[in-house]
Amino acid sequence: MGSLKVIHALYTDDDVLLSAVKAVKAEKHHIEEIFTPFPVHGLDKAMGLEPTRIAIAAFMYGCVGLIVATTMMNYIMIEDWPQDIGGKPSFSYLENMPAFVPIMFELTVFFAAHLMVITFYLRSRMWPFKNAENPDSRTTDDHFLMEIPVHNNEKELKTLLTKTGAVEIHIVDKEAH
Amino acid sequence: MYTFSKRLKIISILLFVVGAIGWGTSYLSSHGLTIEDVKILLAEENSHHGGEVSHGADTTETSHHEVKTDNEAHVAMIHSTHDSEVHTEDIRESDDHGTDAHAEHVLHQMHNRPYAALYVAAFFFFMISLGVLAFYAIQYAAQAGWSPVLFRVMEAITYYLLPGALFVLGIAWWAGDHIFIWMDPDVVAHDELIQAKAGWLNKTWFLIRGLIFITGWSLYRYFSRKFSLAQDLADLNDNSNFKNNFRISAGFLVFYIYTESIMSWDWIMSVDPHWFSTLFGWYVFASMFVSGITVIALITIYLKSKGLMEFVNDSHLHDLAKFMFAISVFWTYLWFSQFMLIWYANIPEEVTYFVTRIEDYNLPFFGMIILNFIFPFLVLMNSDYKRVPWFIVMAGIVILFGHYIDVFNMIMPATVGDRWFIGIPEISAILLFLGLFIFIVFYALSKAPLLAKGNPFIKESEHFHY
Repeated sequence: MGSLKVIHALYTDDDVLLSAVKAVKAEKHHIEEIFTPFPVHGLDKAMGLEPTRIAIAAFMYGCVGLIVATTMMNYIMIEDWPQDIGGKPSFSYLENMPAFVPIMFELTVFFAAHLMVITFYLRSRMWPFKNAENPDSRTTDDHFLMEIPVHNNEKELKTLLTKTGAVEIHIVDKEAH
Repeated sequence: MYTFSKRLKIISILLFVVGAIGWGTSYLSSHGLTIEDVKILLAEENSHHGGEVSHGADTTETSHHEVKTDNEAHVAMIHSTHDSEVHTEDIRESDDHGTDAHAEHVLHQMHNRPYAALYVAAFFFFMISLGVLAFYAIQYAAQAGWSPVLFRVMEAITYYLLPGALFVLGIAWWAGDHIFIWMDPDVVAHDELIQAKAGWLNKTWFLIRGLIFITGWSLYRYFSRKFSLAQDLADLNDNSNFKNNFRISAGFLVFYIYTESIMSWDWIMSVDPHWFSTLFGWYVFASMFVSGITVIALITIYLKSKGLMEFVNDSHLHDLAKFMFAISVFWTYLWFSQFMLIWYANIPEEVTYFVTRIEDYNLPFFGMIILNFIFPFLVLMNSDYKRVPWFIVMAGIVILFGHYIDVFNMIMPATVGDRWFIGIPEISAILLFLGLFIFIVFYALSKAPLLAKGNPFIKESEHFHY
């Protein structure tokens, strides 16, 4: 495990940060990570991140929820113990479907929503008892932090970042994961 | 500035003429039918084991009276209740003349068909422009920043509202008991339920109500268009026209939600005068809203493809497609809410409405769910597809067809019963009103610049970016 030198540039405004990101990208520097107190609209595009695939995952989770609901109710209400509820004998899933639709809908939403959140946390490497990764606690308040790896170009990066309006610039030795 | 091209003008007039001829012939031929013709027809159908000849698409006919399980026995019981309710003429006849009475009943249904076909098409195109008017008013009342680039398209579509609404009311008045059974004094005389509703359901009051609605909607549309055009010419710092528009839009929306609801009881729900549903106004609203938004999108894409609306970008189309997606889901929610409660409660006078539709209108009734929900839901779900014009056009055409079927399912069962088919009268009536709609809307489009440049939000709208 070697150590990696990174530069931390702090900003106090999301618009300034966004134009700084564009300037840094224009100079072909790699941005390792950005920590912000709130989601900044358009930041992912400016950083050149790939579009999220969580929507595809959500669709598949929704399908799983729909299948679970259908098979579950078919077993409980039709196969295992048919019941006559409201004068509607449960001999066929299809004929009684209107009664099942709300649950099918709810479980679809339930699976899509919960599994999507869990996926998002795991994908963001956030799980219980994990230590916070953000290097400066002010990024949870009103500061924005941009992290750029240094490859013997400290001076050049520092002048560039100062020009983009960074309020603080630190060089930090970071333990590589 | 858009000029109404000669080609489009000819196409719209042609559609109108073809529709008028087609509908006229079917009208005349249905009126030439006599009770003897119907008896021959019925005899032929009986020898063919059920009604394949006249039904075409109907597959449930043969299983109509076959009772297999308890469940179906239950449905069949309800069906008999329903029969006695709708076929009022049958009851009055003695049993000896059962065949005669049935033939006469079928003859009535066949006579009703051209009226009902015309009424369904007229209502469908009218409801598009009323839906757009509501959408337009919401944009003003919400002071939406994304949509002003589309205002001129919406204003052009709502230009059809006054003629369209007058057609609907006029056809209702002219067709009378061919569509609205409660307009037949003979039926009312034998029907206590309708007698109890006569204070509301009588011809004079029906007409007055209709005229009040149309006046209110048209006044709003007139002044809102006037302010919108005046705002273009006003001084840069003078937003008084916009503010006036904001005020009347907010007022109109209150008027609209009451009158739209009452209109849907009057013009649609009263064709089944025994039946009622408390969310019917909302249900019709969802249908007209999604159809209206779809037409905005289609006309915008058409004009953009002509290079006339370069200021409309992907994000505007994306937002329209999102509305198409969302309101399709909303429509399904209301459709299902209405269906499930009535299905679960299973009260004979309520459930007869759906029993008729499931038995006699199986394909359009369930096919509509695919057209209006499953197809747009799957096609428009992906965010990227909402920006692809041909995807929107494809989904839009399916949605419009689906909502035509929706109106069809609301009117036809009460007027033509199981004698339905989407044939010459229906298609001709659609062509007739489509021609009229295109002519009026594109005429209105050519009357003003396509960009409402005076709107205070127009810069925001032009730069709208998602």
